[in-house]
Amino acid sequence: MSALLRIKNLTGGYHSEDVIRNLSLDVNRGDFLIIIGPNGSGKTTLLRLLTRALTPRQGEVLYENKIIAQMELKEFCRKAAFVSQDISTSFSFTVMELVLMGRIPHLKRLQSESKKDIEMALEKLALTGTLNLKNKRIDELSAGDRQRVVIARALAQEPELLFLDEPTAHLDIGHQVQALDLLKRLNREDSLTIVMIMHDLNLASAYSGRMVLLDKGEIFKAGSPEEVLTYQNIETVYKTVVLVNSNPVTGKPNVVLVPKGKQ
Amino acid sequence: MRLKLKFLILLIALCAAVVFGLIKGAVNIPLANLLFNEHRVIFNLRLLRVIAAILAGGGLAVSGIALQAILRNPLAEPYLLGTSSGAGLAAVSAVIAGVSRVYLPLAAFLGAIASIIIVYNLARERGAIADESLILSGVVISVAFSSLIVFLVSLFGNEAMHEMNWWLWGSLQVYDYKLLLLVAFPILLGICAVYLFAQDLNAISLGEEEAMHLGIDVQNVKKIVILITAVITASLICICGIIGFVGLIVPHMMRLIVGPNHKVLIPATCLAAAIFMIFCDLLSRTFFSPIEVPIGVITAIIGAPVFIFLLKKGKRAL
Repeated sequence: MSALLRIKNLTGGYHSEDVIRNLSLDVNRGDFLIIIGPNGSGKTTLLRLLTRALTPRQGEVLYENKIIAQMELKEFCRKAAFVSQDISTSFSFTVMELVLMGRIPHLKRLQSESKKDIEMALEKLALTGTLNLKNKRIDELSAGDRQRVVIARALAQEPELLFLDEPTAHLDIGHQVQALDLLKRLNREDSLTIVMIMHDLNLASAYSGRMVLLDKGEIFKAGSPEEVLTYQNIETVYKTVVLVNSNPVTGKPNVVLVPKGKQ
Repeated sequence: MRLKLKFLILLIALCAAVVFGLIKGAVNIPLANLLFNEHRVIFNLRLLRVIAAILAGGGLAVSGIALQAILRNPLAEPYLLGTSSGAGLAAVSAVIAGVSRVYLPLAAFLGAIASIIIVYNLARERGAIADESLILSGVVISVAFSSLIVFLVSLFGNEAMHEMNWWLWGSLQVYDYKLLLLVAFPILLGICAVYLFAQDLNAISLGEEEAMHLGIDVQNVKKIVILITAVITASLICICGIIGFVGLIVPHMMRLIVGPNHKVLIPATCLAAAIFMIFCDLLSRTFFSPIEVPIGVITAIIGAPVFIFLLKKGKRAL
């Protein structure tokens, strides 16, 4: 089976500085891939290169064997959607208006939303448990609700692949688990492929099928959580002393921090 | 369905404003009498003013909305890109050079377009337009051109000064219906063109990368929209000079009333701004009649306090 997203010798970044260096990776259909790595390791830059927000300096990204930069932008956005950490806007749209924007890739310039588009938006609101918020303004929502609405908008694009940049960064643990459970369910039931950046190693361990540990713009280690989250890997990349045991419930690796004075 | 009601109210208010604009003035003439021959001239003059007011209101409102969305700044206004001083400089230069009055609107139009071309090119970097660069270049060009205007006026005195006042504070006194028809065309076309980008403006107002992730070619949309607003404001400056605050206040008020969705906001603001302009024009010609107060003074006197009130009250909606 050929990969859904194939990254070949990707190099790129900002102006003259390359943040990502010669990186190759395959994302398969149905993957739940989590990218981890210290600050400045190039996680967000990698995601921006994969979503066309940045143009690679060398190498290429292929979606179903098509170079993404050569795909029509709307076509690409019907295949792959993106969820950012949080949206901030000085214009207070309603939840429904925001989610309907997810239909833009499916509409031509003069075409306004049809009944089908509205039903699609309502369905995604229901799926993310935000249907009761549809007439609220987005700046009235809590961070957790807003994140679920943004996920609903991305789902309204009907993507096969969902990119997320630390979607749980601003959420408390309850909302984190709620959002991740939702993603897991979409991954399992609708075979939505997920590529997500995360900082929390234990959440990443609990939810990911595959992990990629980035260090200085290169892949330090890719594989199952058990293969990636070893104390040697983490100490080398994060320069931090940790213990790794296993989560008593899931059996997945569990990273325990060891403060300096106790080492 | 409450939205339909709001539009109905706006439409009725616009009709009422048009009737008021026709019958009120230095002399009040009942609507029925206006159509008689003896009042025909007054009727025609007032009708031209009302049409100019509607065009100016709609054009300024839409230009303001479009720039506010692409710059994600509710404080952007139609003259942000240096059009006002560009037009002023060209007009003053033309007066000093002894160009016939007939060509002044053309000079103003060209001056406005020229200033936008300069500002746009100053702000362009690697084929993209950075928001801050655009605002800053606009400010720099405005200041530079304004100082040139003052320089010319101080050298050549009264004649240029008189012309300047007219440009700076605006007037809806239109004598030439051919000119009005000529500029009505690009203004109306421009308003419709911006409306075609309503959903793009919604997405861009969330952020350029957000919009890109929704499949919008942000850089191209920005260029096209800036060009359209340039044509609208330059055309307006030709016939009515510079009228401040309308493109700022009315969109802001309407955002509070109908929300920020551009599909609704654009038509609602066009109607509201047209009503507002007819009303301001009425004040400008009746308040100190027979002296006519420049309309820009009226819009500023009404606009500034309203703006301060909204700023204090509605921080959230800004």
